[in-house]
Amino acid sequence: MGQPRIQEPWGSSPGCQRCITGSRLGWFGHKEPRIWGTLHGTDSSTDLPTRGLSVPAGQRKCPASGEAQGLAETRPRMETLCGEQRTLLGDKEYVGFATLPNQLHRKSVKKGFDFTLMVAGESGLGKSTLIDSLFLTDLYKDRTLLDAQARIPQTLVIERRAVELEEGGVRVKLTVVDTPGFGDAVDNADCWGSIVDYIDQQFEQFFRDESGLNRKNITDGRVHCCLYFLSPFGHGLRPLDVAFLRAVQHKVNIVPVIGRADALTPREVGAMKEKIRQELEENAISIYQFPDCDSDEDEEFKAQDAELKRSIPFAVVGSNDIVRETKEKAFRGRTYPWGAVEVENPAHCDFLKLRTMLVRTHMHDLKEVTQEIHYENYRAQCIQSLSRVGARDRASRMKLSRQSATELPLLPLETEKLIREKDEELRRMQEMLQKMQAQMQQSQGEQSDAL
Amino acid sequence: MEGELVQPAPEETPRDANPANVGLELFGYVGIEAVLDQMRIKTMKTGFEFNLMVVGQSGLGKSTMVNTLFKSKVSRKPTGPGYEERIPKTVQLQSITHVIEEKGVKMKLTVTDTPGFGDQINNENCWDPIIKYINEQYEKYLREEILISRKRKIPDTRVHSCVYFVPPTGHWLRPLDLEFMRRLSKIVNMVPVIAKADTLTLEERAEFKKRVRGLGRESVYPQEDFDDNSDDRILNNKIRDKIPFAVVGADKEHQVNGKRILGRKTKWGIIEVENPAHCEFPLLRDLLIRSHLQDLKDITHNVHYESYRMQRLNESNRLALSPINGLLGKDEVESDL
Repeated sequence: MGQPRIQEPWGSSPGCQRCITGSRLGWFGHKEPRIWGTLHGTDSSTDLPTRGLSVPAGQRKCPASGEAQGLAETRPRMETLCGEQRTLLGDKEYVGFATLPNQLHRKSVKKGFDFTLMVAGESGLGKSTLIDSLFLTDLYKDRTLLDAQARIPQTLVIERRAVELEEGGVRVKLTVVDTPGFGDAVDNADCWGSIVDYIDQQFEQFFRDESGLNRKNITDGRVHCCLYFLSPFGHGLRPLDVAFLRAVQHKVNIVPVIGRADALTPREVGAMKEKIRQELEENAISIYQFPDCDSDEDEEFKAQDAELKRSIPFAVVGSNDIVRETKEKAFRGRTYPWGAVEVENPAHCDFLKLRTMLVRTHMHDLKEVTQEIHYENYRAQCIQSLSRVGARDRASRMKLSRQSATELPLLPLETEKLIREKDEELRRMQEMLQKMQAQMQQSQGEQSDAL
Repeated sequence: MEGELVQPAPEETPRDANPANVGLELFGYVGIEAVLDQMRIKTMKTGFEFNLMVVGQSGLGKSTMVNTLFKSKVSRKPTGPGYEERIPKTVQLQSITHVIEEKGVKMKLTVTDTPGFGDQINNENCWDPIIKYINEQYEKYLREEILISRKRKIPDTRVHSCVYFVPPTGHWLRPLDLEFMRRLSKIVNMVPVIAKADTLTLEERAEFKKRVRGLGRESVYPQEDFDDNSDDRILNNKIRDKIPFAVVGADKEHQVNGKRILGRKTKWGIIEVENPAHCEFPLLRDLLIRSHLQDLKDITHNVHYESYRMQRLNESNRLALSPINGLLGKDEVESDL
């Protein structure tokens, strides 16, 4: 039984010298050598659970649904380490739950992962090309571009494209949600409405599934990350950008990206990033924050992390065309008469940083934040509004019942509404009946008076 | 003998029978061509005016392009730190006038910029202030022209050419672009350009142009209807094949092969603005300045201004019911217009 070998087709990721491979599976791919390093120095194996299985940043707990912590290459290491451990401590002091991460890993590799990415931004900023380059797919090969005439009457559509990627035995079901038509019309007021509705719809679907009876096969369609493309031609954020970001900031992880960055000289890139960061702060827009690394990480990792944070928003160039400059030197890029832009050259653009961040180190964190922060926000709002209505109903009927909010989500939302409506109708009819009775009595009384 | 035409000598038969095309043979040097020199000296003394308008979303390099065109800091574009470029809430029109001189020829150049165009969320009718401005300039000229005692040289503030900057999306023209070009090509010479074209590869450029060219070919400058003769047509066809020009603007110089060249320096190469292999800026410059400047002014005066004038005088004719078409007295003009 061989360990899963993860292919690294493009050369190892920069700065990641300690990982044997660039693991796709979460930030553990980076961190775990460190963990083993400290374990080596200690003489109790109890250090492992706290370091190994907990998420360091902000002390967020691992979700119970247990997406894998990627420890692709741990098995050979661990075995040797266990061997060493055993010699250090003797068999009696070795319990063996050091293999827990491995078990998780095996299970989740079998299950596969899913990740939903949304791309938004005006047309022509290179969104589709970037997706194809990021995941080395050709999702957008056969698309037809609508001309301006055809686009005028159209409202924003939401398109989903799903692809199954496999690398080194690990399967990822990637769903890309595209928003063609965003910001293209003359009047773009509220063109983001359908995007916000879509995100909410996915949350609602998950909410219902979660509260349903059969929870075995929930498909998670929630949007884990939104790549928002900013135009390199403007001066910072435009009014449309600000409006859209404000509308979605609390529903999805926003990663702002400057598309078509080969239009900018290095100095202009720096100025633009500075301007955008400033304007994001001014408008109080909360984008996805990278978790801070542990204070005991080594300097190199910290420096890398700090550099990654400084480069937001990423200035990217996408391309899937291979350029052959000389016989040996072939790279993915775009050729111009004055030179060729290399997509994977960190000096030319931030494509590598974006890919590292999105796929190699923070994919899992994005999913976690979606689950724990955005989804929980939505759920809390939902339950609150339901319980408010429910409390009003109950108060009007003057019944005593359990005030448990957990009672409500058990009923699907629509039947709840129907029940409420029927109650209202019943009440109204009762009131009318009473009125009519009172009137009849009155008129009878008058009649008897008159007689 | 005064009124008679000198017939050509019998041995020289004219090519065609049409008397209008019969050229007179000169058998000595008359000096007609000296009129060219006279004209040149005169224009050098008076100088001439050129009014250019640049329209496009913010950040497309309009001010830089104007600076590159006229090789001087024509547009106010401070690049110092701490300069905030706020997008105005409505479209504003800012005109700057400079007098440029080259080899004794003076040109009074007015550049009208339109910040705020197409930058809002709702861009409905953002072209109205621009149309209003252009019509106002025609109006001013019309009033001067109608006066009984006119000025010797009417100051010409009419917009001679409108350069419209299309963002290099590589896909299609946006609805906003289409609407704007349609409306404005009726009242002013419209020259669309693809801005910041250094982000499109050569294939993408050709694709984009192909897609864009199908729309509104008859309305962009140089208009097909106004070609005077076949030479013009050939020249203009060459230009029309390349419209819209893919341009890159730069106002910094760099060293390339020992020469100082205007360009943009990136990590993967230097984009030379004046190199026709890199971008089509030389074509734009030639069109606007070197070959078609006078033509732009002529068409503005003979075509666009005339149609405006006709429209206005018809309107006021209906009001004034004047029997003499077009000849209104000064008082009537003031009361009606």
